[in-house]
Order: sequence, then structure tokens, then C-alpha cells
Amino acid sequence: MARAQSASLDRKKLFGDPVMVTTIVVLIAFLTLFILYPLAILLVDSIYSPEGGLTLRFFQESFSKYTFIRAITNTLKVGFLVGILSALVGLLFAYVEVYVKVRTKFMGGLFKVVSMLPVVSPPFVLSLSMIMLFGKAGIITRHMLGIYDNNVYGFWGIAIVQTMTFFPVCYMMFRGLLKNIDPSMEEAARDMGASRWKVFTSVTLPLLLPGIGNAFLVTFIESIADFANPMIIGGSYDTLATTIYLQITGAYDKNGACAMAVVLLGITMIMFLVQKFYLEKKTAATLTGKASRARMLIEDKSVTVPLTIFCSAIALFVVMMYICVPFGALFRTWGRDFSLTTRWFEQVFTRYKGFKAFQDSFVLSLIAAPITALLSMIISYLVVKRKFKTKGFIEVVSMLAMAVPGTVLGIGYIRGFAGGVFHSGFLQGIYGTGVILVIVFVVRSLPTGTRSGISALRQIDKSIEESAYDMGANSLKVFTSVTLPLIKDSFLSGLVTAFVRSITAISAIILLVTPSYLLITVQINEFAEKGSYGIACAFATILIVITYGSVMLMNFIIKHFGTSRKVKEVE
Amino acid sequence: MSGTQTKEPKGVRLDHISKIYKNPKTGQDFYAVHDVELDIKPGTFVTLLGPSGCGKTTTLRMIAGFESPDEGEIYLGGEPINELTPNKRDTAMVFQSYALFPHYNVFDNVAYGLKLRGVPKNEIKERVTNILKLVELTDMEQRMTNQLSGGQQQRVALARALVVEPGVLLFDEPLSNLDAKLRVQMRTEIRRIQQALGITAIYVTHDQSEAMAISDNIILMKGGVIAQMGSPTEIYYHPNSEFVADFIGECNFLPCTVTGREGEDVTAEVYGHPVKVRSEHDKLEGAAEIVLRPEAIEIADQGLLPCKVELSCFMGSYQNYHVRVGDTLVKIADNCPIGKKTFQVGDDAFISFRSECAHLLET
Repeated sequence: MARAQSASLDRKKLFGDPVMVTTIVVLIAFLTLFILYPLAILLVDSIYSPEGGLTLRFFQESFSKYTFIRAITNTLKVGFLVGILSALVGLLFAYVEVYVKVRTKFMGGLFKVVSMLPVVSPPFVLSLSMIMLFGKAGIITRHMLGIYDNNVYGFWGIAIVQTMTFFPVCYMMFRGLLKNIDPSMEEAARDMGASRWKVFTSVTLPLLLPGIGNAFLVTFIESIADFANPMIIGGSYDTLATTIYLQITGAYDKNGACAMAVVLLGITMIMFLVQKFYLEKKTAATLTGKASRARMLIEDKSVTVPLTIFCSAIALFVVMMYICVPFGALFRTWGRDFSLTTRWFEQVFTRYKGFKAFQDSFVLSLIAAPITALLSMIISYLVVKRKFKTKGFIEVVSMLAMAVPGTVLGIGYIRGFAGGVFHSGFLQGIYGTGVILVIVFVVRSLPTGTRSGISALRQIDKSIEESAYDMGANSLKVFTSVTLPLIKDSFLSGLVTAFVRSITAISAIILLVTPSYLLITVQINEFAEKGSYGIACAFATILIVITYGSVMLMNFIIKHFGTSRKVKEVE
Repeated sequence: MSGTQTKEPKGVRLDHISKIYKNPKTGQDFYAVHDVELDIKPGTFVTLLGPSGCGKTTTLRMIAGFESPDEGEIYLGGEPINELTPNKRDTAMVFQSYALFPHYNVFDNVAYGLKLRGVPKNEIKERVTNILKLVELTDMEQRMTNQLSGGQQQRVALARALVVEPGVLLFDEPLSNLDAKLRVQMRTEIRRIQQALGITAIYVTHDQSEAMAISDNIILMKGGVIAQMGSPTEIYYHPNSEFVADFIGECNFLPCTVTGREGEDVTAEVYGHPVKVRSEHDKLEGAAEIVLRPEAIEIADQGLLPCKVELSCFMGSYQNYHVRVGDTLVKIADNCPIGKKTFQVGDDAFISFRSECAHLLET
């Protein structure tokens, strides 16, 4: 049996569709050049020195350094704790929303805010407010409790801030999973005599177990890749991401930084592979059923009251942390002089080139967003709806980028493009310009966009596109006249997510930005490092306003012009 | 006039077509379609019928161009089309899920193919209006597709495929999402429209009564190969295998021994009782099987073969019996039972049949 004929026919059909071929070629080139190549060059740099050829010296040197070993254990410790805490808190929030009857308007609003935070939240913000609330001059510690020497820096500071940053992601994941559990299963257990707690431990929890593992690993990866928070609140508690950054910006040890980056990349990659190919499948296998009807919500006061109080407390705490930031920008001197002033905002624009910073951040992100959104929709379309040989490559590489920590990517770009591709001078021109920043923005947001595009497209019956194809439309026409209009909502939200992610990006960017570009996040980092919290808060406040505004705008557009509108009109 | 097609219908020829798939569980290659040889005449209605996994849909999708054959060549109107992409083939498909564009209204859905072909606006308007009249959806142009019932959506899908006047119209189980009554109504509609336009149609279904009702020719498939093809009556009355006989309607198989032959008239013995049957198969000797349709059997106090009643059940239009003849269970549909004697479970009776209703099969 030979499948040669169909293979050659498929190839001929593909080449009969030049738009499709061009798209695939461009995509492969882009992914190879800007994701695979920088990572490959890291690997090469970590085992090859121009003088000595192949060597494990850089790894040996790194591992013999106490600071590096400590950074690894620190990173893993934080990641582990943050993974567990975020999964637990996220699960609790989701459980309360899906299972418990607490339908007051206030709670509903609180949950909505929490679910939106990961989208609009710039890095640093929680670290900044943590320091301002609980630090040595913190309002709560010093002024309310009278504690003068509270140390928020270090392990617990990072762990708490990261947990609060990442648990909303877990909450969203669990919410989806819990909604897919058929209530009849739990009712059957209850009907046979199980208590509510027994139902949870014997039915709900076992079904969720792979999902919990999944959430843990996703958070773990986020945590160890996180650069911004350890930078601000880590103090002397260095993690891998910050150590690598210091290694290249402080010690100028390029090969050492590469070796460390390879170690960090190795850890996240293993976690990612376990999560992607083992846990995600298991989750899907246990929870594929759709809920057959509405669930009877728990009304028992002994359950609802404690859960409600706990969740509200956490949610309020998080909201308070965010509110703290604009106030930090309005007080004259945080911790001493609480008279209101617009001084910091004025300084941002008069002394610290605030306008240029916002312009640069805004324009670069505005360029990156549509490119990212379109690219991720095209990739999703190809992955879900078409079949061709290199499809697996495109899918894997674009998803792989999710597991690459920003710091690692940043080092890869420095090593890969500072002297041009393979030090040949090719594409050297983009290094140090806005182009490379835009490319980094695109690469960093691509996996999220692609993932949401893929799940949106899976909802659409494959035969709708086939019928357009069958009626005589070529690939381009199918994509523009059928696919894109049907996933308009997903496209729009991808556009805004990419914009928000870009304007709040820091980890890779901080390594690549040159003085000719001022970026808001880099400014926040600089002033927070210096301890100028007023200026940092003023920058951060404006950033929050921009991101929040864009999300509001997106929701407005989707509500009034989205695809779901027409469908809703009918019902 | 809305009911004529300006373009000539095209014939379809499959020249030793095979398709190989990989079994995802074992990793082994297997033939999903094997060496299918077909010649569909222009203007005919042909049904690919068979159980799920028999290769009928794969065959249809190869004609549409979504799948590429591993062996053989497909001809449309005499031209080889293996290398053409679906959008360049002169086919139009009606999908199981209708596959209407949810973001377009009825008019735009139907007009889609015409716009792609660059047909002038006023002609599009005219042709869409005409075709909507033909499928009885006049005045529905502005509706969104989710405002339509299942049957109406089906009509839009049909109109969308018809309006481009394809050389051949392909149907992929188009009625399986409709309820039973509507299914019967729609298949009559589809047949009426196909005959009115004189278009070539290839129709995939697993529903044998649908295939019987709608087709000029039925191609019954099993395990990737053609089990039998022919007109509905040929297939029904002259099945060439137990599988075909059983798949098309209900069937009884009585073991027998051929004892003599005179032309097509054959004498045989069933459990020691002589019976007369017909067979065009002139080499059949010794052990064989008599194929008998339930409605071709009569049950009475006198007859050819003695039997014992094991089930007797009133079904409205007929009385359903299961009787035991020797070791063999025989199902009988006694039509219009009113006024006839009703046998009860445990009764002894006789069955009989006319020789032209009994068809002989090799065992």
C-alpha cells in the first residue's frame, strides 16, 4: 500500500493555491527566525566558545557559583509555593462562583473585577503597592499596626505578590472545568447518601485532579519566568530571571548568561511539555461532557457564609492593592506626608519625558497588536481547518513560545541579532531599533492569541469553510469572507490582549531597549528600583488607565458590533 | 423559467479509485476505499449507500476534492480532475450540517457562489430569486439563517448549491439532522428538483429507504468496496449477497438444497419439503439459500412449509409474525391483516410464497 499518490496530489493542490503557500512559507520563516533561531543560538553559545570550541565550561562555571545554585533553589521554591497557592485560591473562587448561591450584585462585581485583573494588570503594580502597604514605611504595617521593621522583600513578598497576580488565571481555568461537570453525577452521589463534603472529595475533586495539576504547572511556569516582581520586591532574594538579567547587564558574562538561560529554559520546557501533552489531555478526557442542565446551587448557610467571606476578603485585598497605586502617585511623600499633590504627575511629563515614554510604548504596541492578532488568527485557521505537511511545526513552535521566559528570549535576541543572523550582519539593522521591539511584542503575545483563536475556531463547524471552498472560494477568500467574520470577537479580543500585553511587557524588552526608545514599563522599573515610588506610581497609574480603557473599548465594540450581536437580536 | 438549467449536466467516472488511511490506534494503513469503479451517467441520481465506515463519504469527498485518492483517477465530464482543488471543480455540495454561513442572510448565502464567479448584480438577484422560488423559500431573503427551521435551512443549503449550476451536485447525508416526517418530505422535494433541473446528483446516505425512494441507481458499499450496484428494484429483489439482502430491507434466509433446474425455474428442498424458486444463476447446485422478503410470505392453515408461531404482534398496517421453520427463524409481515385469521404464539401453521419472490443465493 502506498500513499504516494494522495501525497503528491495534496502537494499539487497546495501549490495550486499560491496565497496559501506564501502564507505558510512566511510563517515558517518568521517562527524559525524569531523563535527557534534565538533559542538555538543560546544553546550554541552556552556550549561553544570561540577559543576552546565545544565545552561544558560555562555550565560548570555557573553551577560552581553559589549565587546561581541559590537562584535555582529560590526560583523553584517560589514557583512551587505560588503554583499551589494560586491553584487553591483559584479553585475556591471558581467553586464559589459555580456551586454556591451568593448572588449579590456586589459579589458578582467583585468576581468580575478579579477575572479581569490578569488582562489589565501591568507588572510591578502589586509589588509596588505591597511595599507601600506593608513595607518599612507601609501604611498598614507602620501607620496602622505600628510595626517599624517589617521586611516585605524576599521569599514571602514574591510569593504573595505572584499568587495574587496569577490566581485569577487559575480561577478562569477552573471555572471552565467546573461548568463542564454534569450536575447529575454529583446528584447521583448525593442521592446514594453522600454528604456534601463527601461528594466534593469523591466526585468533584477526582474529576478536577488533572485540571488542578494543569493549573499548578501553568502558574509554576509563569512564576519562574516572572521577571518584574522579583526585581522590585525580591530584594537580595534573587531568582533565575533576575540573576540572568544581572549576569548580562552587570557582569557582561554573555556565555554564562546563556548557560543560565538554557537551564531556565530547560526547566520551563519540561514543565510545559508535561502540562501540554500529559495533563491537558487527561483534563479533556475526564471533563468532556457538557452539563445537561442547571445546577442546584448550595444555599446552606454553613457553607455559603465562610466561603463568601473568604473570597470577598481576598478579592477586596487585591482591589485595594490596585487602588493603592493611584494614591501613591497623589501623596506628597508616601509614609510621611499624606497631603495630596499633582507633583508626581507633573514631573512625569516635565522632567522625565513622560510624553515620549507613552508615545513610544503606545505606538510600538499599536503596531504590534494588529500584526499579532492577524498572525495568530492565520495560524489558528491553518492549524484547525487545513491539513498540510508542516502544520505540526507551525503549531508546536507557536505554542512553544508560551514556555519561553521573556528573559531567555531577550538574551537569545541579543546573542542572535546583535551581530546579525549567525554574526553575518544579515538583519543586523533591526537590532536596537523599534522593529525588534515590535517583533518581541508579537512573539510574546502570539501563543495567547493563537490559543484563543484555536479554541474559537474549534467551535465552528469545519464544513462551513469547506462549503465556501467547494463553492469556488480560494483560501484567501475563505479566510476573509467566512473564517474571519465568524471569529471577529476572538480577533478583537486578541487585538486588545496583544496591545495590553505589549504595552505592559518588560522582561524581554528591558534587555533589548535602547536609549532612543523610552518605554513606560522600563521607566516604572527604573524609578521603583531607585525608590521613587511617587513617580513610579504616576507612570503605573497612567498605564492602568490606558489598559483598562482599551479593555472597556473592546467590550463596547464587541457588544455593539460583534458577531454575537446578530445572533442575539434573533432570540 | 426557474426550473431549467442552462448548463449541461456532467457525468462522473471513478477509475479504480482507492484511498488509504492510517488507523490511529494500530498505526497500520488500511483501505478506506478500495478499487472503486463507477460510471455515473449525466443527469442521473445515484446514491452511495452503506453502513458507517464503508467508504461512502470518503468517496464523495474525493469527488469534491477534499480528499485525494491514492490510486486511480476521477473524471468529471470526461476531464481528469485529480489535481484540481475543490474550488476549481465543477461540483457543489450539500452538507450534513447544512454549513450555512451564520453571518449572512439567506440571500447572501445563496448568492455567495455567484459573487465568487463575478456574475453581474442584477443577474445574481434574478437567479437567487428564481432558485428560492424553486425551493419554496420566496420572501425569506432577508432572514438570518438561525431564524429558519431545520427544513428551511436545508432548502437554503440546497438552493446555494443549485444556483451555481454545478456539473454535479453532491449530497453528504443531508437529511440526517431532520425529524422523520420532514425527512420523507424533503427527499421527495430533492428528487423533484433534481428531475426538474435534470442535474447529475450523487447522494450519500446510510438510510436504505431514503436510497430506495430517491435514486435511479444505488451503489451499496461495504468495507471500502462496492458490494452491489443497480436500480432499487434490482438490488431489492436480486441481492447478490447476504449483506446486500440484509442491508436493504428485512430479509429471511432459508437453507435449501437445489434438486433440479429448468431454465430459470429451480426446484429445491427446504427441510425435506420441495419448493419452487427462480434463479438466473445457472451454475448453482447443492446447498444454497433462499432469500425471502417478509412481505412476500403468506401464513395460513395450508401451504408449502410447516412452521410454529413464536411471535405475533399487531403493527397497524401489518401483522408481524416470527415463525420457526425447521431450525430457521422466519419473519413475516402479513399486510392489511384485517379480516384475516390471526395466528397466536404456539400455533402450528404453514407458510407459502410465489416462486418469483424467492431468490437463490450461494452459501
